[in-house]
Amino acid sequence: MVEELLHSQAGIFNFGVFFLLAVVLLLVVLGFVTYAILAERKVMGFMQLRQGPNQVGGRWGLLQTVADVLKLLVKEDTIPKLADKPLFIIAPVIGFAPAFMVMATIPFTDKLQFADLSVGLLYYIAISGLTTIGMVTGGWASNNKYALLGGMRAAAQMISYEIPLVMSVLGIILLTGSLNLNEIVAAQENVWFILLQPVAFIVFLIASVAELNRIPFDLPESENELVAGFTTEYSGFRWAMFMLAEYVYMFAMASLTTVLFLGGWLPLFSFLDFIPGAVWFALKFTVVIFLLIWFRSTFPRIRADQLMEFGWKVLLPVALANIFLTAIIKEVMNLF
Amino acid sequence: MELWNLYQNNYLIVFVFLCLGVLLPVVALFIGKLLRPYNPYDAKYTIYESGNEPFHDSRVRFNVRYYIFALMFVIFDVETVFLYPWAVAYEKLGIFALIEMLIFVFMLVIGLVYAWKKKVLKWI
Repeated sequence: MVEELLHSQAGIFNFGVFFLLAVVLLLVVLGFVTYAILAERKVMGFMQLRQGPNQVGGRWGLLQTVADVLKLLVKEDTIPKLADKPLFIIAPVIGFAPAFMVMATIPFTDKLQFADLSVGLLYYIAISGLTTIGMVTGGWASNNKYALLGGMRAAAQMISYEIPLVMSVLGIILLTGSLNLNEIVAAQENVWFILLQPVAFIVFLIASVAELNRIPFDLPESENELVAGFTTEYSGFRWAMFMLAEYVYMFAMASLTTVLFLGGWLPLFSFLDFIPGAVWFALKFTVVIFLLIWFRSTFPRIRADQLMEFGWKVLLPVALANIFLTAIIKEVMNLF
Repeated sequence: MELWNLYQNNYLIVFVFLCLGVLLPVVALFIGKLLRPYNPYDAKYTIYESGNEPFHDSRVRFNVRYYIFALMFVIFDVETVFLYPWAVAYEKLGIFALIEMLIFVFMLVIGLVYAWKKKVLKWI
């Protein structure tokens, strides 16, 4: 039915149907965020030999995040007198909207995908860069010194790591010859790109952690030095929007890693293909999420100068070398 | 015609996602407005500065390094704009395009090395 709809004349009816479907996805994502936060706290708890949340909602703390969200919803909202009010209000929206928009193009299985754009990867990268603007706007509008420092750091960090992120993906594009995410997954039928492009995977993983502003790269909101970074003046649900954007972005980034390097919905071995693609996708996705949580409890935060120098002096040359290595190897393979 | 419809529908979906991305914060904040308490007094609306009285404007001049890094970003981002179509069409272009691109990137790498030697990449 959806197939027919996609081929029909675009109009208000199509808009309505897509809207309802997108709302379903949004609810799934919000459910994911709720339990990703719980999972993060639980896993970190176990890694640090403690329990994690275990009071609200039974032994596993299953309702802990729900309670937290309700608390944030009924919390008084303050906007400082000296803040730039319109910008202050609009910043969380700019932060959140791109995080959700990138989800439109990610193929979860061969059937389950929203917009099958021919430039899917480029779309993802272009839109995800916009989140930075939300953070800088929030930091600037707060009229707070910590917030401004956090916002500026966010901008410097995210633009520095955007370059290696974008360049590491080029190796995959060279091998596939397409920016369409479906075709990228289809090209991994025999070998996943994590095996063909290990260097690209490592660069991509490091840069994506930096883009997500997670430990060890969480300088924009490093709580021991900058209070809460660019979110210092935000409270209640406005603050929750920034946090939500962060976790939605984590969902999107883990999905993208799965699609680009881990073969998306394709099974591990071809004789295992009786297991549906969605299960494979979920498994690989969970592994990536676990890896991100693991990083958080293992690595210490790095210093601002180390962060910038690592991005420009290590990751960028490595990513550039990887592109040309791939191109040359491809050329040599063609000769034989 | 068929493909044109498909194309339009795909970008309609993108637009739907944009609408939802803007609507969710707006709706959530509106619901919050109905639920949350409101009892203002002046001290609440001051800027947080670890307990000190906040003094003069916070929008101060910031380190010029941020600006230089922004310039570097623009240069390398434009480079990727050229690299993407090259990578997509590489199958058809072959070895000649590879050499051309190597020359192009080599020139930008000279710029990176120059910046490196000038200690631009050193963050203090």
